[in-house]
Amino acid sequence: MRIKQLLIGMIASVIAVSSYVEMAIADLKFPMLVYRTGAYAPNGIPNADGFVDYYKMINARDGGIGGEKIFHPECETGYKTQVGVECYEKNKKDAMVFQPMSTGITYQLIPKATADGVTIYSTGYGRTSAANGKVFKWVFNAPVTYWDGASIAVRHILKNNFGNIKGKKIALVYHNSAYGKEPIRTLETLSKKHGFKLMLLPVDHPGQEQKATWLKIRKARPDNVLMWGWGVMNQVAIKSAASIKFPMDKFIGIWWSGSENDVLPAGQGAHGYKSLTFNAPGTDYQVHKDIKKYVHDKGEASGDGSHFGTVLYNRGLFQAMVQVEAATVAQKIHGTSKITPAMYRDGFENVNLTAKRLEELGFKDFAPPFQISCENHGGSGLAAVQQWDAKAKKWNMITEYMYGDSDVVQKLIAEDSSKYAAEQKIAERCN
Amino acid sequence: MIYKETGQYKSSYKSDHAIFPLLQDKIAFSTLMFIAFLIIPFVINSYWEKAILVPFLIFSLAAIGLNILTGYCGQVSLGTGGFMAVGAFSTYKIMTYFPDMNIMIIILISGLITAAVGIIFGLPSLRIKGFYLAVATLASQFFLVWLFNKVPWFYNYSDTGQITVSERTMFGIPVTGAEAPSYATYLFCLVLVVVLSFAAKNLIRSKMGRSWMAIRDMDIAAEIIGVPPLKTKLSAFAISSFYIGVAGALYFAVFLGAIEVTESFDIMTISFPVLFMIIIGGLGSMLGSFLGAAFVVTLPIGLKFLMVDMVGLSAVTAKHFEITIWGLLMIVFLIVEPHGLARLWSIAKEKLRRWPFPY
Repeated sequence: MRIKQLLIGMIASVIAVSSYVEMAIADLKFPMLVYRTGAYAPNGIPNADGFVDYYKMINARDGGIGGEKIFHPECETGYKTQVGVECYEKNKKDAMVFQPMSTGITYQLIPKATADGVTIYSTGYGRTSAANGKVFKWVFNAPVTYWDGASIAVRHILKNNFGNIKGKKIALVYHNSAYGKEPIRTLETLSKKHGFKLMLLPVDHPGQEQKATWLKIRKARPDNVLMWGWGVMNQVAIKSAASIKFPMDKFIGIWWSGSENDVLPAGQGAHGYKSLTFNAPGTDYQVHKDIKKYVHDKGEASGDGSHFGTVLYNRGLFQAMVQVEAATVAQKIHGTSKITPAMYRDGFENVNLTAKRLEELGFKDFAPPFQISCENHGGSGLAAVQQWDAKAKKWNMITEYMYGDSDVVQKLIAEDSSKYAAEQKIAERCN
Repeated sequence: MIYKETGQYKSSYKSDHAIFPLLQDKIAFSTLMFIAFLIIPFVINSYWEKAILVPFLIFSLAAIGLNILTGYCGQVSLGTGGFMAVGAFSTYKIMTYFPDMNIMIIILISGLITAAVGIIFGLPSLRIKGFYLAVATLASQFFLVWLFNKVPWFYNYSDTGQITVSERTMFGIPVTGAEAPSYATYLFCLVLVVVLSFAAKNLIRSKMGRSWMAIRDMDIAAEIIGVPPLKTKLSAFAISSFYIGVAGALYFAVFLGAIEVTESFDIMTISFPVLFMIIIGGLGSMLGSFLGAAFVVTLPIGLKFLMVDMVGLSAVTAKHFEITIWGLLMIVFLIVEPHGLARLWSIAKEKLRRWPFPY
């Protein structure tokens, strides 16, 4: 009896595995590296839900991309590099694109994916100099980079100080990792240019312990604080800032430090906190109506569906939309719906999201238009400032989308990417 | 009946002192080596390489290192991550200063540098013991990681603090960098692991190893019979750190290729897992180091495969199960078999000797 059961079980599992493999061959594969566990889960979950809901909506509404269904296996990384590598190796076969959602994993995968011929899309994170498509053939980081972000934040501060921030003090509270260190070079360059003093305050992973950091801020009284945080670090920082009564409208986070999860725990104290963003919050867009109709109303929402319309959920929609659009473009260029990873990359390099195209996709006024080209994998470089209204529990856009200091940023990108090209012996393309 | 020593006479001291005194063990070991060297390289793919075999080999080396210190010499250490970081950063610095140096030599020098650092951090062990020493080595873990993150010289002033390996070859085949073929990285690690394991096994059977065990079993008694605690403890720290340093060098250069010290050498990603490896595998056992490493490296992957790919659970549910099962297994192991997998293996051998008779 036991042996019989075992045999049946084994046969069933073999069938299950073979059908799993078949599915992977027939469809367009968009593997997902997610983290719904660990210290970064509060941010990882809404983002992953956005991705899944968008893919499901495309499959239900359009029957996939050009008739090819999207296959989106999830792999849980817990934000850990080593697990990310395992997930990548497991899913890389026939994969169109990887979205690591972690700067550490992105750095890890850039050389590997380049050797394997797999596209990496790190939306507004990862290695900033990957914006230089001449060197980074397989990596895209549109629509905006951290260095743009740093200079946009400084631009916003400049504007609020009538263009003069000489002698002012700006503190950077950053996650003590590759991610948090990204803006330092740019800010140092900008501090020379504009004459402000830069104060660097690292916060170690996972970011729960920030007493010393905020004590220093209390003592040094910087005029503005910038933050490059992720996961629990954001909540703790905003709570600590509120408790030392730091003026919230002088506290600006990067686009990864500005979601509902980050400000809600601080309650009314978070009122007025600002962050950068490259997509709008809310649920008033066509894409949300479609997701409601084709996914949520059928009870197929990813997770518990409670993150619908939050900042990071919407960013997930945006990221998924760009990835799907790249496949559509690739299908058009190569005249086939069954695209290979190499064709997909060609598609990505020709993505042109004009205002009209965004409207067609259901993203009217959701994000500024941008275009990717052979040289420019970094997109438009546009971001806006949003502010938290703790009474209405809602983010409000308070500025237009603006450009960073492209003189400074472009120079740094060229410098860093040429250093990488020399190290890795990469010949420049697109000439 | 199959596994018996009857009829195998040892007629010389040499044969009596062999690492594998039994014919059956010799056959089993040769078969294993045959498979590892001559079959796996031809069938390996990048998933098996990057997810299972290379991490297994590297963590085996780290576990051997920690086992020498903790299992054989009785000095509890939580500084494994820090020492692995020393190995990794030494490799990086030597690589960038001497671009033409052979990678094998670089890795061995990194091991020696780590050994030197290990001696320095081993000094407190002469005064403090047990839990207090664990705390002191914990300090080395945090200090070393902090140092490599704080001082830009270690990461060549790169903007992000990341260190990235460049391509190095052995016999014209790349073994580091993204272009390295799977069989090359695997064989490179395998050769190092096999050679260093034999070295460790023989060290443990030598005078040095016996003095380590004497210190472990009762340090005062050992001192009275003439085992110098200073030399013994520091040699254990040095040799243990050498192994851990080599493991760290491989972890950076061959396995990951790009590393960020705070994330990759975190106490939760290295120090504790390696300690679990030797506890699960068996303290004071060479075989235990390998079994423990295999267990810790493959268990999460195996569980994930079973739950996600076979049963079809969602990735996050599977992860929650995995965390729970992991914790449960730790407790079960500590209660049911505190001597680890190596002990289970020796019980199995005893049973095999008498099989099929009960007595």
